[in-house]
Amino acid sequence: MSLAVWVTIAASAVGAATPLIFAALGELITERAGVLNLGVEGMMLVGAMSGFAVGVSSGSLLLAYLAAAACGMLIALLFGVLTLSLQTNQVATGLALTLFGVGLSAFAGRSFVGLPIRPLPPLRLPVLTDLPLVGPLLFHYDALVYLSLLLCALIAWVLRRTRVGLRLRAVGESPQMAHVLGEPVIRIRYIAVLFGGAMSGIAGAYLSTSLTPMWTEGMSAGRGWIALALVVFGTWKPWRVLAGAYLFGAVTVLQLYAQGLGVHVPSEFLSMLPYAATIIVLVVICRDPKTILLNQPGSLGRSFHPGY
Amino acid sequence: MPALKRYRWPLRLERRQKPSTAMRIWCAPLAALAMLATGLLVFGALGKDPVAAFRVFFVEPLSSLYGVGELLLKATPLMLCALGLAISYRANVWNIGAEGQLTLGAITGGGVGLLYGNTLGHWAQPVVLVCGVLGGMAWAAIPAVLRTRFRTSEIFVSLMLVYIAQLLLSYLVHGPWRDPAGQNFPQSQPLADNVLLPALLDGTRVNVGFMIALLLAALSWWFGNTTAAGYRMRVGGLAPAAAAYAGISGQRNIWLALMISGGAAGLAGVCEVAGPIGMLQPVVSPGYGFAAIIVAFLGRLHPLGVVLASLLMSALYLGGESAQMELQLPASVSGLFQGALLFYLLAAELFIGFRLRRVQIA
Repeated sequence: MSLAVWVTIAASAVGAATPLIFAALGELITERAGVLNLGVEGMMLVGAMSGFAVGVSSGSLLLAYLAAAACGMLIALLFGVLTLSLQTNQVATGLALTLFGVGLSAFAGRSFVGLPIRPLPPLRLPVLTDLPLVGPLLFHYDALVYLSLLLCALIAWVLRRTRVGLRLRAVGESPQMAHVLGEPVIRIRYIAVLFGGAMSGIAGAYLSTSLTPMWTEGMSAGRGWIALALVVFGTWKPWRVLAGAYLFGAVTVLQLYAQGLGVHVPSEFLSMLPYAATIIVLVVICRDPKTILLNQPGSLGRSFHPGY
Repeated sequence: MPALKRYRWPLRLERRQKPSTAMRIWCAPLAALAMLATGLLVFGALGKDPVAAFRVFFVEPLSSLYGVGELLLKATPLMLCALGLAISYRANVWNIGAEGQLTLGAITGGGVGLLYGNTLGHWAQPVVLVCGVLGGMAWAAIPAVLRTRFRTSEIFVSLMLVYIAQLLLSYLVHGPWRDPAGQNFPQSQPLADNVLLPALLDGTRVNVGFMIALLLAALSWWFGNTTAAGYRMRVGGLAPAAAAYAGISGQRNIWLALMISGGAAGLAGVCEVAGPIGMLQPVVSPGYGFAAIIVAFLGRLHPLGVVLASLLMSALYLGGESAQMELQLPASVSGLFQGALLFYLLAAELFIGFRLRRVQIA
């Protein structure tokens, strides 16, 4: 096994991890505000479809990502209206969002199945990209990969060091207390839900316009759920979520290369790996009740009615 | 006067003195009507005559005895899965992997039928059905163990197991169970005649699975309303702290909820394989396990409601197929309607506990 192959594997793992990072970081913000949105899978699919459709029609990938983010936000707004303004059960509404997103994207995207699209090109950085080994390993990615890292750093900083982050966390830990202190709880939660929608939309668009440049029904194949699990795995902390996403990227990619590496297992069993890994990782994290209790936002999944 | 300016919206939600009984009954029909209206709008937007589309979607598929049989046939797996899920959700256990448990029921039941069907004689059908139930239970036991022992969310585990079950089935029909005489198609040999479930009505495909589903609906009513175990599960779902104080075991409720919903989904799977499909193939369900989540909510987690809701959902599936053939609409249009239906229902349920009041805008 040559070094070059391992570099290729590592590079594709980074690609596979990127949509997970966007979706999981978006959900992290949503959950930090105390809202559990199980509709990530649906929002990703809507983003993948709308991004692909706009990308193919306009020829501009920038427009594609903007459209995906906008559509993700739009469908997240639906979730927000139901759970925040109308106080519906967050688990049930999130499931409804996923089922709706799967149906909507399949329905609206039917004329785009099988069309080609030119994927996002890797950035060419002068000198750095041409370095041996380090170049292909670190400096041969498209803009979204670098953006995902920046986003993680930004979210970590905002959550820990800024007033905005403090208010968001206050709303998630104890909405009653935040309300008493004059925070607009519902408005902050709306913003968090919309942010989650936009990030899931971008994650979906990355799938359909870069990772596997095409659109097919249900193409996210459970990645939205894996992103949700990553938030738990990362104990609601951005850098840990990022690390978890790379771990999952590696598992997903290794499964594809395993045949070449001389592992003779039927391909179906290899394809089970990311899903099985999700379960195992969740068990490891949840085994100690303190990890979850200490880190989970205090009001996660519970509706808040300001009582007027 | 900033205090008065807070309500810029002329309507606001107000908690009712007590939950409205009328809304409790009418919220599901209201949601169905809202979905219908949306459907007509979508048809209109697609340039189809809404009235004609409505006829193709809801009237034509049911205008023959065969069509009614198809309605009951498709309602069977939905009803089975949703009855189990309703019990589970009432206990606040979120099994969303009925699709996976259904698939495993198809694998175990179908597998036993495939390998030993010829040797079982008259016992073939009951044995195969029981194997399907056990398969579904085994698959649901995984989230049950992980939830009770390691506090792992059953939502994620049951959902991840859907993908694993589907891949397992795909492996079996591509590999060891592939029909050698099947021209390399990924499907098993057809099941022997003594394994297949007998038809209920001549000229239709509806089989005894439907009767079993109705029987289970009655049984689940009995379980939920008259047995101590059913009562304990409902209390555990409504007020976990009070239940724990009263000595009700949360762990036992989780196990019961997952075993019942998993077993019912497994039965749905084996009924499909030993019924309309008649063999194992890579896909045994067009998402019945997920649609059953909607059915359970639409039926307001009540057995009678679930029976009615599964008929409506089955009509949606049939309408989708009919619209696909006659109006060249994609089959995914039914998925769209299913999701919209659940949204409307969740919004309508709000008005059981709340009502809208006009307020003065200062």
